[in-house]
Amino acid sequence: MSLTDQIVQYLVTGVSIGAVYGLVGLGLAIIFNATGVINFAQGEFVMLGGMCAVAFTGLGMPLIVAALLSIAVVTAVGLLVERLAIRALPRASIITLIIATIGASFVLKGGAKLLWGPEAVILPSFSGHAPLHIGAAGIDPQRVWVMGVALVSVIGVQLFFKYTLTGKAMQACAINRSAAQLVGININRMVSLSFGLSAALAAIGGIVLTPVTMMRYSQGATFTLTGFLAAVVGGLGNGIGAVVGGIMLGVLEALAGGFVDVATRGLIHSGYSKAIALAVALLILWLRPQGLLGRRERESA
Amino acid sequence: MSAARQIADKGGARWSSLLRATAWLLLAAVVATPLLLGEGYRLPGGVGKNYLLTIGIFTGIHAIIAVGLGLLMGYAGQVSLGHAAFYGLGAYSSAILTTKLGLPPLLAMLAGIMLTALIALILGAPTLRLHGHYLAMFTLGLGMIVQIVFNQARGLTGGFGGVRNIPHLGIGSWQFDTKPEFYAVVMLTLGVTLLMAHNLVNSRSGRALRALHESELAAAICGVDVARSKLQVFVISAVLASVAGSLYAHFMRFVSPGPFGFVFSVDLLIMVVVGGAGSIWGPVAGAALFNILSETLGKIGEQVPWVADLDIVLFGVVLVAVVVFLPRGLVTLAARRPGRARGPAIQPEAQAEA
Repeated sequence: MSLTDQIVQYLVTGVSIGAVYGLVGLGLAIIFNATGVINFAQGEFVMLGGMCAVAFTGLGMPLIVAALLSIAVVTAVGLLVERLAIRALPRASIITLIIATIGASFVLKGGAKLLWGPEAVILPSFSGHAPLHIGAAGIDPQRVWVMGVALVSVIGVQLFFKYTLTGKAMQACAINRSAAQLVGININRMVSLSFGLSAALAAIGGIVLTPVTMMRYSQGATFTLTGFLAAVVGGLGNGIGAVVGGIMLGVLEALAGGFVDVATRGLIHSGYSKAIALAVALLILWLRPQGLLGRRERESA
Repeated sequence: MSAARQIADKGGARWSSLLRATAWLLLAAVVATPLLLGEGYRLPGGVGKNYLLTIGIFTGIHAIIAVGLGLLMGYAGQVSLGHAAFYGLGAYSSAILTTKLGLPPLLAMLAGIMLTALIALILGAPTLRLHGHYLAMFTLGLGMIVQIVFNQARGLTGGFGGVRNIPHLGIGSWQFDTKPEFYAVVMLTLGVTLLMAHNLVNSRSGRALRALHESELAAAICGVDVARSKLQVFVISAVLASVAGSLYAHFMRFVSPGPFGFVFSVDLLIMVVVGGAGSIWGPVAGAALFNILSETLGKIGEQVPWVADLDIVLFGVVLVAVVVFLPRGLVTLAARRPGRARGPAIQPEAQAEA
């Protein structure tokens, strides 16, 4: 396989995993903009999406029904988390709220372990295993599904924010809460919606990714952490930034995994690929704290 | 006024001296129990001396980190999601320097402290000048990177297999090679930590920190160097974690990457929040409760397997319940009096931004 083919293969791997990071990051950004809270249960929604889909197909449902039902269940869980961990604490500080979401993530993770056990589960590929060929590079068709579904979801969210009344109200709420309240927007409902929407996005990511990487009850935290860094690197205030950040992290990880061994003559091996992507992300944050696409934040008083 | 301050302030304390003396005696009794217990004696549940000492040692090690993290969260209003990494840096410094270079344990511990302080400075100096929770993000990233390095730098850390045969802690020819001795060392270190924390909170920089806790803007107007004060606390808390890590390495005499991951960073957060950030004793209580609860669940789980799977859920429920019902943590229970104003547990800068 030539170098170009290798690069194509790593790019597809990177973009597809990065797209899921991006979906998590987008969800985190939506919740952050509505509440100022970083939702540490976000990765658990990805895990739940995958686990539910496996459980429902296991009951004999067709894939599309199982997928839609999983998204509905996870959305309901998202609404429940908002009700129990956020709305129950009306005057709490941001740190307290963040800790409440960490508590929620524990409950979801533990619940998944009780329900489905500690083993990793897998969903059949949506359209078989015959690799697609671009030049000499063979590409798992499921990865194309991941990228396609993620792209459609992101465009859908953007259209929702731009063209629907509810979407515009959510944006208004993110820009200025009190002003939004003054013009009659129900803030509580918008916060609820942000949790529901984020949970649905994460669940979609989990469902399409499970055939590629399998899913385990303990996998949520990784998605939260990487999605969080993706969102921050892209600029938390900016949904598209999160997607860009996620894809960047995914691609960096895949390319580092493929080439760092050769490039450093074995000094740094491919086990470090994720560390390299994270270090680059932190370096970007260090230089541009507002993120790649974020607006500049004022310095300390 | 917070419960913590009512306990900490000499002038504000309304405990009678008798009550205070009783509390100290009780505490001394609890700390001394594992040492004084006879070798063959069994407490209810078959708990013997050895087991009690082990729980005590782990509680002490965790409490040392939690006290530092409590200062950071309660006073500087910042969250660290990577304190397990500082703990691990201390542990691996001790492990590697004593086994590979034959350094004396105390010197290795000192090297770990310096390494951790340096990393904390590099991370904290730029991030603590900014508004928002940048420190949380940077410590999170650091934690993930450090975990990968522990696993991958096999030549240095032994990778998955870890570092074995770490020598006992000792000063010269004086070896702390029995459990009671090590327990005493841990409790002594915790005592010194608490004394330092108490002095810090009640010193000039402590007053600055408390001013920070109330309102960052007001503190800045009064001439408090906000960023510097926060950085100071952050570095202190990282160093405490490193010391605890060194103690862990010499106690277990074996380190592997497992205990130093994100899960432990969250465990520490639970200890601090459940006990009460913004007080010195709160995190200690949190660490004790956490260890006792997880040991008890483990014991029950040996008989009833599904209980062992319940621990994650239970910790989550406890965490949410505490922030909802006891927003200032368990210390509120000790200092609860009618008519005292209640407010949110931690008042970070984010409120000023809202």
